[in-house]
Amino acid sequence: MSDRELRVSKIRNGTVVDHITAGQALNVLAILGIDADSGETVSVGMRVPSDRLGSKDIVKVEGRELSQDEVDVLSLIAPAATINIVREFDVVEKHRVERPEEVVGVLSCPNRHCITTEDEPVQSRFDVLDDGIRCTYCDTIVRDSIAEQIDVA
Amino acid sequence: MRHDHIISAKQLSRADIEAVLDRAAEVAADPESFADRHENALLGLCFFEPSTRTKMSFTAAIKRLGGDVVDMGTVESSSVKKGESLADTVRVVEGYADALVLRHPSEGSAQMASEFVDVPLINAGDGAGQHPTQTLLDLYTIRESAGFDDLTVGIMGDLKYGRTVHSLAHALTNFDADQHFISPESLQLPRSVRYDLHEEGASIREHTELEPVLPELDVLYVTRIQAERFPDESEYRAVAGEYQIDAETLEAARDDLTVMHPLPRVDEIAHEIDDTDYAHYFQQAHNGVPVRMALLDLLLGGDE
Repeated sequence: MSDRELRVSKIRNGTVVDHITAGQALNVLAILGIDADSGETVSVGMRVPSDRLGSKDIVKVEGRELSQDEVDVLSLIAPAATINIVREFDVVEKHRVERPEEVVGVLSCPNRHCITTEDEPVQSRFDVLDDGIRCTYCDTIVRDSIAEQIDVA
Repeated sequence: MRHDHIISAKQLSRADIEAVLDRAAEVAADPESFADRHENALLGLCFFEPSTRTKMSFTAAIKRLGGDVVDMGTVESSSVKKGESLADTVRVVEGYADALVLRHPSEGSAQMASEFVDVPLINAGDGAGQHPTQTLLDLYTIRESAGFDDLTVGIMGDLKYGRTVHSLAHALTNFDADQHFISPESLQLPRSVRYDLHEEGASIREHTELEPVLPELDVLYVTRIQAERFPDESEYRAVAGEYQIDAETLEAARDDLTVMHPLPRVDEIAHEIDDTDYAHYFQQAHNGVPVRMALLDLLLGGDE
């Protein structure tokens, strides 16, 4: 992240998700449950130049630190992302996302015949594959459209 | 066997399969010695879809072991009609029975239900997902008729939605088997089954026509192409006739070919085949009883 970018949208407390796969910023917002009505202060940079990725997206969320569940899902659509926790304008933690072995409760299964899509007391659960995710219940494999399965409450 | 529940053929090792088939052979050879093996055992039947063979053979199996069934009945006559969840239904029936058998139209239903009960739960078909006990009786039939060595199996019909196909394909990866899948392109194996077969290093080939591969086969496993799966009836009619076999079709087959079908059939196999040595599908259905007796015996502690 360059000084110039930081000056544009520096946050006081919150999270900067950097090195997001170009074009995925809006999906990151969806994972975080952020939309026009959520009332949070958010800065979004899309397709900004990056030494490491060529181009990248950046999302900066004021006043919020991400949960591990959120980071886990984020890793599926932005495997190179870095999470920067900011307190009083300083980055106090910085780490890369890691792909989890499974993701529970945050994605919905695209198979409309899957038991997890019915009114049953069960959370969705996906095993994370090298190139996608797989529903633990019905075995459906999702590769190209993981972001579309984000279960935004 | 060391499984609390029987959910998918994927969980069955070759040793598991052979343990069930060996026990089934014992049952078939001397059914009387198993007649009071599980006296007073109750099997809970939760069938959310119509079933003839599976339900009746489980009923026959537990009764021939000395036990009985408690049957939820049809969906229309049960609390499901009042909106009860599957999770609640199986938790209630668990209190009445020593093991549960579940048939449900939703994929993953058996996996989910098993997470709510402590008694053994057997998946008797979950939508287009899996049907592992059908596979056990299929394998029993194959072992009896063709053996498991250097096996070449053709599986033909609706491979996409056919749960018996998915389970059989998984189970055959435990054996020295070449698998040929014959279907219209629109009904080829689903991505998840292909993934597993690839991961297992299975020998598979896919075809749209039976003719080129038929002479190689030891076993031809035929399934119904389901008209209701096609968005357009004319598309169904265009392919359905290509996947029917009759005496003329089998002129190119080996004399010892075993023709199987999980039944019910509609017109996939001409009736003229029924009285030939090729036909094993009715014996296959009959094998459901000793195989399910063997499975229940093992799950209910037949070795204790």
